[in-house]
Amino acid sequence: MTTTAQPEAPEASAPPAPPARRLSSRERWSRRGPLLPALIFTIVVTQLPFLLTIAISTLNWNVLRPGDKNFLGMGNFTSFAGLDNYVTVFTDSRLRDAVVNTIVLTTSVVVISMLLGLLLAVLLDRKFLGRGLARTLLIAPFLVMPVASALLWKHALYNPDYGLFNGVLNWLWQLFGAEEGPVIDYVSGTPMAAVVAALVWQWTPFMMLILLAGLQSQPTDILEAARLDRASGFQIFRFITLPHLRRYIELSVLLGTIYVLQTFDAIFTITQGGPGSATTNLPYEIYLTMFRKYEYGEAAAAGVVVVIGTIVVATFALRVISSLFEEEHR
Amino acid sequence: MSTVTTPTTSAPAKRYAGKKPPRSADPERASWRWGLLTWVLTLLFFAPVGWMVLTSLHQEVDAATNPPSIFAPLSFDNYLSVFDRGAGVYLLNSLMASVISTVLVLLLAVPAAYALSIRKVEKWTDAMFFFLSTKFLPPIAGLLPIYLIVKQAGMLDNIYTLVILYTAMNMPIAVWMMQSFLAEIPSEVLEAAQVDGAGFLRTMWSIVTPMISPGLAATALICFIFSWNEFMFAVNLTATVSATAPVFLVGFISSQGLFLAKLCAASTLVSLPVLIAGFAAQDKLVRGLSLGAVK
Repeated sequence: MTTTAQPEAPEASAPPAPPARRLSSRERWSRRGPLLPALIFTIVVTQLPFLLTIAISTLNWNVLRPGDKNFLGMGNFTSFAGLDNYVTVFTDSRLRDAVVNTIVLTTSVVVISMLLGLLLAVLLDRKFLGRGLARTLLIAPFLVMPVASALLWKHALYNPDYGLFNGVLNWLWQLFGAEEGPVIDYVSGTPMAAVVAALVWQWTPFMMLILLAGLQSQPTDILEAARLDRASGFQIFRFITLPHLRRYIELSVLLGTIYVLQTFDAIFTITQGGPGSATTNLPYEIYLTMFRKYEYGEAAAAGVVVVIGTIVVATFALRVISSLFEEEHR
Repeated sequence: MSTVTTPTTSAPAKRYAGKKPPRSADPERASWRWGLLTWVLTLLFFAPVGWMVLTSLHQEVDAATNPPSIFAPLSFDNYLSVFDRGAGVYLLNSLMASVISTVLVLLLAVPAAYALSIRKVEKWTDAMFFFLSTKFLPPIAGLLPIYLIVKQAGMLDNIYTLVILYTAMNMPIAVWMMQSFLAEIPSEVLEAAQVDGAGFLRTMWSIVTPMISPGLAATALICFIFSWNEFMFAVNLTATVSATAPVFLVGFISSQGLFLAKLCAASTLVSLPVLIAGFAAQDKLVRGLSLGAVK
């Protein structure tokens, strides 16, 4: 780490002052010094693999049928494929199903958890007994280890014989004199809904926290003025709160989309992508292509497609974040 | 209680002044009915976690009844048997991967954040957004080359492989959070220190460090949470020696006999560190989750 004590300039401007003049080359490098280790580390660990992914995506490479050409000493591939792997990604029915599943899964999880998060945030934004405790309890689903929460839903809640859901149904039925409650097999019967419900439960606190922060950043004087003008609660929400919240909603939806797009734990644990390929999303399909079919070229091409899809969403996310960021640094 | 500071506050000194009193709600609106509804929803939402903890304290036979036996006797036996199945090694691996990577990410991110806030490099916003953009790259797309490189380097099933990956994974969060905390230090304070003749290290140690230590702690907790919970790299890059807690958990289910109570005990056990860390950092959690965009 560089530890420059004083800038050399004769006017002795303090380090925190914004650079008004052209900085000398030495000054520029001494400023860059502390940034470089983190920057170089990040470039090496995150960017390099993606360049290799792009390279591998142009190869015919199946580990079970090694060819005679060597890829950087990491293994042998058969031949160059050009864009063939990309053609496969878009024509292969399994991969196309995975694209559709990813869209269905991500959209429903993000939309439902955003709406639930908004409801909870609005409720938490008012004073009531034990508000701090309620908020703490509501965060818990997000903090339980994702693999643990997936196992919890699969075995402790969804299990048709002894799971809590059927258990409660059975208890209610018996309460009203019926012999036995319905036995529903959630994971086999409605696999996508089962995964979505577990993920919604996990992601709602995330949405709630961002939206609650948005609600609490509302200028109080405007709300009071509206109340003095006898605006109804609904009117205040519709015409003052919602427009104010818009960017927070955008942010939560976009960040949620980026994270839920990457879902792997829940699919791996609850359904293994099944039955058939009913719940296989792109990350899980890439995993299967890589470590079950050993089609490295195809897996890499699918990976590149996921990255491009994410970049599209991320561009919007970056725009929202930079508008929040710039507002603050004006 | 949250301590959200309004983004509209412009004076940095005021923003740093500490907790803002909660917005006073209109007494008419704060009716008990809404509070009751909120509590009902909260308890419904919390029920799966509560059920997990309760089941973990039941005997296997009581855990497998239908309708559920809520009032069955409680004991800690399941936790003991989870440790008998070797949970200790996995927890230790998780602890190593999370703690070392958190220390490493802070060592790299704090100087970087300094160069992005107090003594800014040119085009510092570009650097900020570069870090942020790496968070948006889906890790699955990098898994194959990472697997191949790690295999070639002979570092499969090595805890330091996970340490390096987790450090990179948390870098954008740490840089953005620390940048936002450092930027909140009023420049007058630093100028005053300099006028009083304090050198760089002294300014850092006696002025900056005390001011950012709550932020530093929150950043560390959030990086710890994400590393502790990571599954995809852990399950694909480790085997018997360096497997972490989530890998232990998926391999826990035995096909024979009843396992639900023990599974709940294991799940509670591995989630406990993160639940504690998360509750401790809950006021700053939103800043970490939104990568510093929301305070």
